[in-house]
Amino acid sequence: MTPPAQPPPGTNPLTEALERQPVHATVLVIFGATGDLAKRKLLPALYNLAHEGALPEHFALIGNARSELSDEEFRASAVASVREFSRREPDETVLDKLFADARYVSGSFGDDEVFESLATILPELDERAGVTLNRCFYLSTAPEFFPVIVKQLGAHDLGEPADAEARVIIEKPFGTRLQEARELNETVLSVFEERQVFRIDHYLGKETVQNVLALRFANGMFEPLWNRNYIDHVQITASEDIGIGTRAGYYDNAGALRDLVQNHMLQLLTLLCMEPPVDFSADEVRNEKVKVLRAIHAPTEDEVADMTVRGQYTAGNVAGVDVPGYLDEDGVPEDSHTETFAALRLEVDNWRWAGVPMVLRTGKSLARKVTEIAVTLKPVPHIAFTGEGSQGVRPNVLVLTVQPNEGVSLAIGAKIPGTRMAIRQVQMEFLYGSAFLSQSPEAYERLILDAMRGDATLFTRNDEVEAQWNIIDPIIAAWQRTTEPPARYEAGSQGPAEAQTLLGANRAWRMI
Amino acid sequence: MEDDLSPTAVSDAVWSAQDTTPAAIEAALSTLVAERHRENECYVAARALNLVCIVDAQFSGEVANRLRRVGRYHASRTVVCSVSPGRATIDARATVASEADPRPGEFSLMRETVVVSVGERHVPHLARIVDPLVVTDLSTVVWSPHGNRAAVDSLVAPAGGTRPIAQTVLLDSASEPDQRAALDRVCTLAQRAAVVDLGWLRATPWRERVAAHYDPAGRRPELGTISKVSVRHGSDSLVSGLLLIGWLCDRLGWRPEQLTRHGDLLRGRARSRRGEVELRLEPTGIMRVPGLSGVEIRSDLGSVLALERGEGGLTARRTERGGEQRSWTVLGASRGEPGILGEGIRHTLLPDATYAPALAAARSMLA
Repeated sequence: MTPPAQPPPGTNPLTEALERQPVHATVLVIFGATGDLAKRKLLPALYNLAHEGALPEHFALIGNARSELSDEEFRASAVASVREFSRREPDETVLDKLFADARYVSGSFGDDEVFESLATILPELDERAGVTLNRCFYLSTAPEFFPVIVKQLGAHDLGEPADAEARVIIEKPFGTRLQEARELNETVLSVFEERQVFRIDHYLGKETVQNVLALRFANGMFEPLWNRNYIDHVQITASEDIGIGTRAGYYDNAGALRDLVQNHMLQLLTLLCMEPPVDFSADEVRNEKVKVLRAIHAPTEDEVADMTVRGQYTAGNVAGVDVPGYLDEDGVPEDSHTETFAALRLEVDNWRWAGVPMVLRTGKSLARKVTEIAVTLKPVPHIAFTGEGSQGVRPNVLVLTVQPNEGVSLAIGAKIPGTRMAIRQVQMEFLYGSAFLSQSPEAYERLILDAMRGDATLFTRNDEVEAQWNIIDPIIAAWQRTTEPPARYEAGSQGPAEAQTLLGANRAWRMI
Repeated sequence: MEDDLSPTAVSDAVWSAQDTTPAAIEAALSTLVAERHRENECYVAARALNLVCIVDAQFSGEVANRLRRVGRYHASRTVVCSVSPGRATIDARATVASEADPRPGEFSLMRETVVVSVGERHVPHLARIVDPLVVTDLSTVVWSPHGNRAAVDSLVAPAGGTRPIAQTVLLDSASEPDQRAALDRVCTLAQRAAVVDLGWLRATPWRERVAAHYDPAGRRPELGTISKVSVRHGSDSLVSGLLLIGWLCDRLGWRPEQLTRHGDLLRGRARSRRGEVELRLEPTGIMRVPGLSGVEIRSDLGSVLALERGEGGLTARRTERGGEQRSWTVLGASRGEPGILGEGIRHTLLPDATYAPALAAARSMLA
């Protein structure tokens, strides 16, 4: 009898086809563990991973923040956060066990004592697990503390544990200008190697954003049209129907350009325009995205006025409710020129896209909340229908909706029922939620798990983030230099009328 | 049978008829869906999966309850064929239910349920009745918890070699009193269609934990030194245990031999390249839900991994050669029986290539 075939030594054939792949034993250290992001997103994401059995066999959590809390108080706070913000009703047993051994280190991010405590606690956790845990340091703090924490991690030798991996997860914004992003990269890369760095852009964790790649590269019908020969222009919209709320402190310094365009919207643009990668490994995907960013002509300061429009909302009515203008919001300086609306016209100067306008707009207090990419095709070269029949013929528009109502729709011309040949545009619609049984995980669940696995595909690389700032920096500089106030738009409207100038003749913004 | 299978349905549109035809039912369904969409364009028909459920009419309430509790994993169109002895006509009741009142700008899914009351005389031709009722181009799964083998066969392997109506069979190998017959039946079905076995899904968390435990590079060599595997299972879940061991045999290249029975205990061996692996399956006391209660894996090197069902996940204990022990909890919420059925429905769209070889190995152990 021939001996049975055995798997090669050193492999683990048990993982094949498993939906939940193993993750190496990990300790997650959250800096800013009592902050809003941790409470609303990170701790609920950890719970949902635990609920589904997706956390590693050995998992430990350490929280750090300035608040004076005991371990027990931190655990109680974490449990309360999950109860309040989890996407599912928590299983109390799982919830209690998840945080039962969580540790808390109080202190400022610059305090040596914090990191000395971590250097003591981490080996204790290794000892308890019987294995050296991978370290994931999650920087969920204000951005000015990113370099402080990274330097401290380096100074206390926490970035290079023996027999395990250390990773650092850095929240957005990664810098507020190009120079700042470069300096931050320099600091981070003086302690960690690029493979250890996970710069979060939570948009990339959204299923529907990843679906842009599926739509393009898993379907043969789009690729032949996906170029300057067939596409007239692209509109990317990320609008919100709410104002800044209580975020004046952050928002008035950031503005719409930094808040959404530099990161999320440029990510959408690169996914839409990138060439097919050789495979979906982190570097192959990110190489292609960086090529797109490098092909985008960064405006000179003189060109900014022609390529951009900035706006600020005034008092108005959103969905039947009267709302104040930006300058009347709590905490906003009365002479603020911060933009709450930004629109840009960019071009991707490469063989595929040269000459195709890529227009982006984002804003607060607009008519509706929507994030979408609309690809408008060129009109048909000859309209065979005469008279009334020709009037309804419009260019096809492919719309990828990221939120809400995630899906894809295609506007096509169809004959109106009747005896005459009259055409009207109709919608072919695919709704993501109608076609799958599984519920999409929260973006942070996917991203935390990927970081623990060491898969950086959905994170922003150092050259990528610098290439993003390279496009945005001249716009910020020009806007800072001008004394002209932003264009005004009424809250609840479609945004400032001036934005129309970016599209040129015979094109119009889609209704928000 | 009650036809509202959604626990949170807030609005229904209903049609019913006696002595009707599949064509009339299909037309009524299309009309209901179109009317609801016209009434509010935010109502959108779900289009993920057809579920054909064949039930004995007298137990249809129990099946409706199970389907109602599957959580979010509802098929988009469920066709319930309720079989009554002696019935000569086809009656039908179609419901289009929406799960929530859509807010402006958002959509709400419509799920369709048709309960078709048929007689035993209709069963051999069930494919002809069901065919017009499933949404074309969607994957179709058949679930027949009360047997009705002829009906299942007619859907997955229609007479005359015509294209099958159902591509997937959802079943529970643990629900058969004769495990050997159950495995034979599943093997036969697996040659004709994809099979999603709830008995296999009950073993899945255990498979994931075992795979994860041996995944660190330093521990992988232990996989080649396993000398004994013991599985404790619910009294109705021998098949889940067999499938777990069958999976290990297939993945690790062991050749299992026929197990022998010692009272309630099943014992035997598998041949590996290094030698023999002792196999042991033992029923445990009464369990709250079907499935496994414990797995223990010993290696030649003296280490032991023991997993036990516990609150909030599995309790794991590792013993090293020197006797040093560590224990911990691997977190995970229990899915419960309704959750398992929901997982089964979800998995009909996620084929698992490791099931069939595990099944073959499990069957050979009971030969």
